[in-house]
Amino acid sequence: MSAAEIEWIDRSLIDASVRTPVMFFFTTAQTWLLAATLIGFVCSIKLHWPGFLGNWSFLTYGRLWPAYTNILVYGWGLPAGIGSSIWITARLCRVVLRAPWIPIISGIFWNIGVTVGVIAVLAGNMQPYELLEFPRQASVLLFIAYALIGVWGVIMFQNRRPGHIYISLWYFVGAFFWFPWLYASANLMVGSPHVHGVVNAAVAAWYAQGLFGYFFASVGLGTIYYLIPKVIGKPIHSYNLAQLGFWSFALFWGLTGMVRYTGGPLPVWYSSLSIAALILLLIPVGTVGVNILMTMKDDTHMVYHSPTIRFTMYGIVAWLVGMVITILGSVREMDPYTHFTQFSVGTFHLLIYAFFSMTMFGAMYYIVPRLVGCEWLSASFIRLHFWGSGYGIGFMILMLIVAGFVQGGAWNDPGSFPHATEVTDEIMPYFRGLSLAWIPLIIAHLLFFVHFIAMLLRLGQPSGEATLFAPIQEGEHHP
Amino acid sequence: MKQPPPIFTGILAVFAISFAVLAMAPAIQLGGLQPFVDEDVGDIYPIDVSGVQAEGRAVYVSQGCVACHTEQVRDPSEGADIERGWGVRRTVARDYIYEQPVLLGSMRNGPDLANIGTRKDPDNPDKYTVAWHYLHLYNPQGVVPGSIMPSYRFLFEKRKIAGQVDAEALKLTGADAPPAGYQIVPTSEARDLVAYLTTLDHSHPLKEAGPNVQPPKTSGAGGTAK
Repeated sequence: MSAAEIEWIDRSLIDASVRTPVMFFFTTAQTWLLAATLIGFVCSIKLHWPGFLGNWSFLTYGRLWPAYTNILVYGWGLPAGIGSSIWITARLCRVVLRAPWIPIISGIFWNIGVTVGVIAVLAGNMQPYELLEFPRQASVLLFIAYALIGVWGVIMFQNRRPGHIYISLWYFVGAFFWFPWLYASANLMVGSPHVHGVVNAAVAAWYAQGLFGYFFASVGLGTIYYLIPKVIGKPIHSYNLAQLGFWSFALFWGLTGMVRYTGGPLPVWYSSLSIAALILLLIPVGTVGVNILMTMKDDTHMVYHSPTIRFTMYGIVAWLVGMVITILGSVREMDPYTHFTQFSVGTFHLLIYAFFSMTMFGAMYYIVPRLVGCEWLSASFIRLHFWGSGYGIGFMILMLIVAGFVQGGAWNDPGSFPHATEVTDEIMPYFRGLSLAWIPLIIAHLLFFVHFIAMLLRLGQPSGEATLFAPIQEGEHHP
Repeated sequence: MKQPPPIFTGILAVFAISFAVLAMAPAIQLGGLQPFVDEDVGDIYPIDVSGVQAEGRAVYVSQGCVACHTEQVRDPSEGADIERGWGVRRTVARDYIYEQPVLLGSMRNGPDLANIGTRKDPDNPDKYTVAWHYLHLYNPQGVVPGSIMPSYRFLFEKRKIAGQVDAEALKLTGADAPPAGYQIVPTSEARDLVAYLTTLDHSHPLKEAGPNVQPPKTSGAGGTAK
């Protein structure tokens, strides 16, 4: 056998060993995404039609909104990221999955935890802290599930074949370590009877901010660093830049949490420190951006061919734009106009959807065919999914960011807008726009779900050529 | 036993820094805050009213009010909260020492509630009273036309009038009025919630919050009535 054949068999064995856990995480993630889509749409309608589905306490906006954000984050986001990082980790460590039962048990615990948590939130049994709403019964399950993944990740890493550690692995090992610590310490402190007052709020802010960096940004960037060079068949532009980007990101991100309390009751040095750290994040944002874009420099035409490239490029651009907007919106001069407004919902969606979810879609388009042994059924479906998700979320974020400035401006101008209803009247057109933006998203998610189920049932095209938007001409590189 | 590679050490170190600065430092600096005591005049603030507020606070949490309402007043340099009449001074860490869970919030689709218990509308003395809060929760648009707050009528019940009309029965008119012989009364949840709201007060002077300002005289300073 030739070396290439051995390598191919190796890869097939690795893929076969991770198939069940990865597909389990992906399938449950897809299902929760549909639930999030439905609930998010209802929340959006309620903002301009407060009487809509208003007769039941479990459908009141105050419960549906945390249900939506928690499903999006814990039902869809984390499992999609876990699935992607399991597969890429196995590929990069070049070892067959050890103890496949660990991630499978983890996936089961995780989904029971999310289900319990969402039911509790809808029943009103929740904590009033962003993304920590799940009560103890659910958070314990989530912690056990993720700790199992962390243990598994470290086992894989320690048993990896010797050689160079690719940059994606840094991000994944980081996420495997950081998230369980973050989640456990935040839940323990917030739930403790000995911690009260603003200390709770500080811990909650530290957690919510940490979750975005230490899980979503880590897994998203790790995935992008793997997929883009892989599909275009070129090494990453600069390895030194990648390392600088990783360490500066890891250090500065952890200090940004208190931007959530600028002007709040905490001593001012916390928010000053966090704003400074956030501005310093321009270093990793810039280096990652330069690195990825330089790697893509001669292959930009691939966005017309490869679904994976098109989705992940959307993701990396959203990362750059999202971070710059987040930083600009957080400096002291801007904060009065962005704080406590829909602006923060806009940056939430920029990071969790436009950056992270689009990247995960790209990853699924790459990974799933390699696990189920057939190719995606239809390039048109993928194209529609891209346009629906891309335009839908772009329009939604635009609405939210503009609405945020209008809302912040109006609240800060009591002379012209003395009453709360005058402030909400100002942003009503944007709330209606928000509901419109959900329509392409609903179509995109339904299409992707159907397409994904077809793959799960092995109804795709026979293996061989990847499903592309357009065939690659002579002289262009093969994905 | 292999040495752990530097990547593990680095990853642990950055996390430890983050935890120490943003979670442990507040706990150490602010976890032991005591009420302000002025022995000359026998003045103590804040007073622990968490027993009175606990039930209502639980309803506030359970209905997710925090999704649209904050309970914090910013310094004039950080926003127009005080000018809007949401408070007479900024709120500081000491204000919240007895509050568990603390409900600072992060979204203002509706007005801030840090001082809703002290709020007055010079044009409408009935506003912000207990009876007004019941009507407002039952049908927000009935007392504040154009409001986007959802109705909480599931916190009220329709009860047959037995003899006298209940003192707390809502004075509803028009489409909201109950059929003859019936009345709409608050459940214990609505009663607890309104008791909580009407005791929300973070206006007692505190040295670290600077001098209190006079509330503005403009009508509707609370920011809801039209």
